[in-house]
Amino acid sequence: MPETTTATPDFAAAPISLWRRGVNSFATLAAACAVILVLLPLGAVFGYLVYKGIGSINWAFLTQTPKPVGEAGGGMANAIAGSAFILLIASTIGVPIGIGAGIYLAEYGRNQFGNVIRFTADVLNGVPSIVVGIVAYAIVVLTQGHFSALAGGVALAIMMIPTITRTTEEMLLLVPNAVREAAYGLGVSRWRTTLSITLRTATSGVITGVMLAFARVAGETAPLLFTAFGNQYWNWKINQPTAALSLQIFTYAISPFDEWHRQAWAGALILIVLIVFAVSAVRIVASRGMLKGAN
Amino acid sequence: MGVGIKVERLNAWFGKTQALYDITMEAPANHATAIIGPSGCGKSTFVRCLNRMHETVPDARATGKVQIGELDVYNGTSAVQVRRRIGMVFQKPNPFPTMSIYDNVAAGLKLNGFHDHARLNEIVERSLKLSALWDEVKDSLRKKSGASLSGGQQQRLCIARALAVEPQVLLMDEPCSALDPISTGKIEELIFQLKEKFTIVIVTHNMQQASRVAEFTGFFLLGKLIELDKTEKIFTTPSDKRTEDYITGRFG
Repeated sequence: MPETTTATPDFAAAPISLWRRGVNSFATLAAACAVILVLLPLGAVFGYLVYKGIGSINWAFLTQTPKPVGEAGGGMANAIAGSAFILLIASTIGVPIGIGAGIYLAEYGRNQFGNVIRFTADVLNGVPSIVVGIVAYAIVVLTQGHFSALAGGVALAIMMIPTITRTTEEMLLLVPNAVREAAYGLGVSRWRTTLSITLRTATSGVITGVMLAFARVAGETAPLLFTAFGNQYWNWKINQPTAALSLQIFTYAISPFDEWHRQAWAGALILIVLIVFAVSAVRIVASRGMLKGAN
Repeated sequence: MGVGIKVERLNAWFGKTQALYDITMEAPANHATAIIGPSGCGKSTFVRCLNRMHETVPDARATGKVQIGELDVYNGTSAVQVRRRIGMVFQKPNPFPTMSIYDNVAAGLKLNGFHDHARLNEIVERSLKLSALWDEVKDSLRKKSGASLSGGQQQRLCIARALAVEPQVLLMDEPCSALDPISTGKIEELIFQLKEKFTIVIVTHNMQQASRVAEFTGFFLLGKLIELDKTEKIFTTPSDKRTEDYITGRFG
């Protein structure tokens, strides 16, 4: 603003008062403390998991199925694979639906119907995960007649959809209208503009939303209790009960056996590491196509 | 080659507000026609009606007849077909930010299903040469994003992108308003050369610019075309009092 540039010279030359410097330092310090407070629980949880779990992680833990009670050894290999399998099913169902709904809301949903969907998505986001599990139980398990990886995947997909939908919408709305107009001006049709221009411009934000949803459901236990159900052996069939890390941790943690408690800690550590690994891997792959100066 | 533009009784609305009243005019082929007038007089709305960009705004509509060469813009033609024949350059440079320079120029063709790589290379080079950007970007065509260029370069990139689809008419909506004098000079020079191949309609706030680049100038006021004539005539002996008031700076 022009007014500030006409400040008198002695104002500009005046030393900054002790009070102002004090307030400045205090504000910086307060912000730094807030960061530490946020990171502390994360560090504490991870540190404690490493302390408790690292001792039980060995090759057998990562490659073997659970041993019967009383026998030493055994591992969670089937649960690790099961978690990955269920998450793959959940993402296959949830990501396209979530992104599709987000596209609708951002590009076509400036109306009453769009508002209804927005409200529904927000409510769905707040539904307790156990309730989502019951719904998946009702629509998949009861109709199929048995627990299955598919049922677990559906439950997790239902939880992923609202997060992905809303973040996709937000990210698409951040794309300036001028970019859409540029495409229209070239004679590009609307659907093509949405897919090849708008969505592409918003890709990194949309991926963040997808990864948030993924990381959130990856550790969910409640919706899997009576959908995927869990088991003690290898399973690659979509319509069979399937083990999951979170379920295995739950079962082992409430058991009376010390050996199982140790394995539960190790399982929890593996779960966190795998989530961090999956999220980072997607980030790296997604950023490989980025150009110099692209935003 | 460019083709002429004929507009008859064009009316345009934003919701219930009428923005253009009964515009009737002609712009001859292979010449530049400038549109001047105070802010909010409907200049931009007018050019956006010529390629049916107006209707992309919610609740906006237009009636009347627009003829671009043989093409009847509002009758029996899809908006997509119209826009493939009529290029547009916007006020603010708007390259596709996640695309390379090359992909920006090729976008119009690629997105419409044209994938002959040898031809694409040729067209990209030709379009960038035509918009006088080739020498500045030829070494980083595929490495740099369109958004990494300077403002003036971005605007020339947008012109190249519009030229790549080989339109017959080029609409420019205040193409220099966000640029420094040097970039403006380059783009004005460019407009001069482009007239050989295209018909140009340029909206501008800058009356010197209109007199430099355009053979014909139309003056808009409150949604009406007050007069359209040879540029010298508009700026020396306009026939309407309101035009004279505007160009002599008595209002607007």
